[in-house]
Amino acid sequence: MNGKLLHYFVKRLLMALLTIFLVIAITFFVMHAIPASPFSSEKAKSDAVIAALEAKYGFDKPVPIQFLNYLKNILRGDFGLSTGWVGNTVIELIIGGFSYSARIGFTAGFLAIIFGVILGSVAALQRGKFLDKLIQILTTALVSMPSFVMATLLLLLFALQLGWLPSMGNQPGGLILPVISLSLYPMAYVTRLQRSSMLDVLGQDYIRTARAKGVKNSRVIFKHALKNTLTPVITYAGPMMAYILTGSMVVENIFSVPGLGRLFTNSMLRTDYMMIMGVTIFLATMIILMNFLGDVLYKVVDPRIDLS
Amino acid sequence: MSEKKETFKNPLSLQIDPKLFEKATDEEKAQQVSMRESVSFMRDAMRRLRRNHIAMISLCVIVLVALIAFIVPTFYPYTYTKQDVSAQNLAPFQFSAKEQAKIDRGQHIFPHIMGTDALGRDYAIRVIYGTRISLLVGIFSALIVIVIGIIYGAISGYFGGKVDMIMMRIVDIIYSLPDVLIVILLSVAIKDWVSTSKSDLIARLGAGMVSIFIVFGLLYWVSMARQVRGQILSIKEQEYVLASKAIGASPSRIIRKHMIPNCVSVIIIVAAMQIPSAIFTESFLSFLGLGVSVPMPSLGSLASDARTGLRSYPYQLIFPALSIFLIVLSFNLLGNGLRDAFDPKLRS
Amino acid sequence: MSLLEVKDLHTSFFTPSGEVKAINGLSFSLDEGKVLGIVGESGSGKSVTAYSILQILANPGRIVSGSIKLHGEELVGKSDEEMRKIRGNKISIIFQDPMTSLNPTFTIGNQLREAILLHTSRNRQQAEERAIEMLKLVGISEPEKRIHQYAYELSGGMRQRVMIAMALACEPDILIADEPTTALDVTIQAQILELMLQLQKEMGMAIIMITHDMGVIASICDEVIVMYAGGVCERGTADAIFYHPMHEYTRGLMRSIPDMNDDGKTRLVPITGTPIDLLHMPPGCPFAPRCDRAMKICLQEKPREYWVGRDHLSACWINVKEGACFTQRPSEEEAAQG
Repeated sequence: MNGKLLHYFVKRLLMALLTIFLVIAITFFVMHAIPASPFSSEKAKSDAVIAALEAKYGFDKPVPIQFLNYLKNILRGDFGLSTGWVGNTVIELIIGGFSYSARIGFTAGFLAIIFGVILGSVAALQRGKFLDKLIQILTTALVSMPSFVMATLLLLLFALQLGWLPSMGNQPGGLILPVISLSLYPMAYVTRLQRSSMLDVLGQDYIRTARAKGVKNSRVIFKHALKNTLTPVITYAGPMMAYILTGSMVVENIFSVPGLGRLFTNSMLRTDYMMIMGVTIFLATMIILMNFLGDVLYKVVDPRIDLS
Repeated sequence: MSEKKETFKNPLSLQIDPKLFEKATDEEKAQQVSMRESVSFMRDAMRRLRRNHIAMISLCVIVLVALIAFIVPTFYPYTYTKQDVSAQNLAPFQFSAKEQAKIDRGQHIFPHIMGTDALGRDYAIRVIYGTRISLLVGIFSALIVIVIGIIYGAISGYFGGKVDMIMMRIVDIIYSLPDVLIVILLSVAIKDWVSTSKSDLIARLGAGMVSIFIVFGLLYWVSMARQVRGQILSIKEQEYVLASKAIGASPSRIIRKHMIPNCVSVIIIVAAMQIPSAIFTESFLSFLGLGVSVPMPSLGSLASDARTGLRSYPYQLIFPALSIFLIVLSFNLLGNGLRDAFDPKLRS
Repeated sequence: MSLLEVKDLHTSFFTPSGEVKAINGLSFSLDEGKVLGIVGESGSGKSVTAYSILQILANPGRIVSGSIKLHGEELVGKSDEEMRKIRGNKISIIFQDPMTSLNPTFTIGNQLREAILLHTSRNRQQAEERAIEMLKLVGISEPEKRIHQYAYELSGGMRQRVMIAMALACEPDILIADEPTTALDVTIQAQILELMLQLQKEMGMAIIMITHDMGVIASICDEVIVMYAGGVCERGTADAIFYHPMHEYTRGLMRSIPDMNDDGKTRLVPITGTPIDLLHMPPGCPFAPRCDRAMKICLQEKPREYWVGRDHLSACWINVKEGACFTQRPSEEEAAQG
């Protein structure tokens, strides 16, 4: 790693940390403004809960001090106690749910990138031909379908009508449909990204140079073009994870997967504010870190890019 | 090559009319040059858009859907709130026993084109209202984004230097915030607040709608601001602007001839891309139960409600799903068409 | 037999708005060890000629008809696989912009080696040695270090040297140089031209030098083709073209070059007007609308190429009118009279 890259890395990391801090602040102060939140003691609560919160955050103290206390606790990995699932800490519940969400999410993201890159490259190489048009029509349709529509339609078709796959996440093979519903939209997006990126790269002078050297077409594409086409896809990794993690909120509900998304919607139903805060901060941190990784990887892959 | 063959000096000596060797006039020469007619950028872009059949069909679909969503409720015989316990979960064009009896007595009953829901409400009018919500969210969000984004971006780009640097740092931070999470968080907070609020309008709009508009106002304009600012900065430095300054063009001419046409295209493109994403967010929140307040339907909440009877009444999912798909697809295709027509870089 | 023989070549780009006729009936031949210059303004079909010879035209471009023979062997109609054995091996090319012509994500050595491995039986180690040898040959210092560098770490002149090394690594018969100096600083331009001439003497290949710079043509070419709107205006030896231009377009080009021996009072004469739209080719001579001496026939019928000297052909009706041309190659006496 050269000095410039290190400098960029540090700068970008600080930016990410600042964003995470901001998310925590927004979450805290928004929740603080809610009359019924745990931070405002007007509403009646069980004595035990009040006592526990009191001890931890000190409601008698001014708001900024409470915020600092909350922040300190988060840094120690303590997101407080759940009020919706009494007897559990927020972080336990989050880790339990995330083990499911991570499995679904990363599989979906992985499939989306692999198939998206392949389909996009094929479409670019077949530009204007039947296959290209077919891929374009399908991807346009897929990016026009919200995740919950996709998930319910897949549930209706493959689980209820055809009975090929289970409808519940806890059955064997039950994660197949959630993974597919989450991966189709990003796959379509990556396909379109890859198609235009491949077309762009194939028009570059150095591709002409490779062809003029007598390099085989397939080698031109897989050696000379592919590496250069991947940069836009890499930058999409962050937004894609954001889409998948938020999408998992509806998808996990539809397929009854006990993941983080379901936990989040359930904590809204149970008005478990500590959980809502914890999950929001946790998910936001994941998304911000993915964005950070995508950006850094982008610079590593393509040494040309100006780092200033 | 053999050099013995006959070589004559004037190869076409007699076959051609000597008049043809007279000098050609300038008019004759000019006729040969087929000049491409010069048109203004906007007219050229509109012409390209009109030639894009897919975009034009999408535009027609959007206009048609909008007309249906805003006109049909004025004369439709059912309302979205009217419940009828005798007409629960009817299939499309099915009549309840009570209605059938009336028809048998010779009364005219308007059919339930899309059936009814679990509370016996006419489904078609509910889908129409849901569509109306989606369209309103899409259009208002685009307006918010246009207004805030342009003002912010223009200020940043116009002043440049330190002001620009600070304003763009703020944009960078906002840009990296996970927007959907913040919308959800705000909805949760506002939902709590709305339930205790006395404002009729906010109560009717629902927590989701209010928070969506707040979040659009706070977060979503950043890409517009970036684009507008980028355009203005790059135009300021373009050599053709320097050139027109050098020949004494007034600032107003530069703004009219260079800045506005270049900015208009990015504004149109970004705004068009904004609409489908806003519609997505609204339906997503409604699906989670954070959108419009009941009994007001939204395509997201209709799809969510349909899940309970999914096995028996799949059409209750299909209709709102199709509706949202159609709207978003049309906006996406129109957006693509606008981008192709207005992106000056793609001009050939 | 010539090394390269191009006959009546037609290349078009089939765009959505119609067929763009980039080359309309181009013929020329190139002998071994010679330097042929192709000169013309942008859009005249110079580069398309090069890409047609190598068949590396970008989509939707295609050779419509004509013949390209290398050592008497027809290239038009060859499969891509057969053409690959010729590209980079028998015929190499260097491009205008060395900044963008090298792959940014691979090292210089990697790209040089690839060309060598493709066309020779050398193994990896030998290919690397050859790459270093070639870099040394084109005057790059510390070649052992350079092969591990990326293109963006080199200057423009260095990159063009790398391109030349890559093109010549397999000792081609023909090197096509597509505006090799246009994107470079003037001082570097001279160095690169000198390098090419020196390598030509050492390796003995023929060069097709594509340029819009009459100065480059004058300094290195044996023969010259003047192209306009995809067709040949005039071709012949460099001396013939420079001292006895027989086409109004060439004369216009000559008038637009500053003369060192000038007293400074004569003005440069630009060629007025703009090139024609290749989508809508007029029936007559493509230069006629801009030609001061255009006649009625020039607008109606395209002139054929006629001999105007022993080693000089031109396609201009004025020569016909003035009786200054021959349908066959003239004998020396005839040429002297004409």
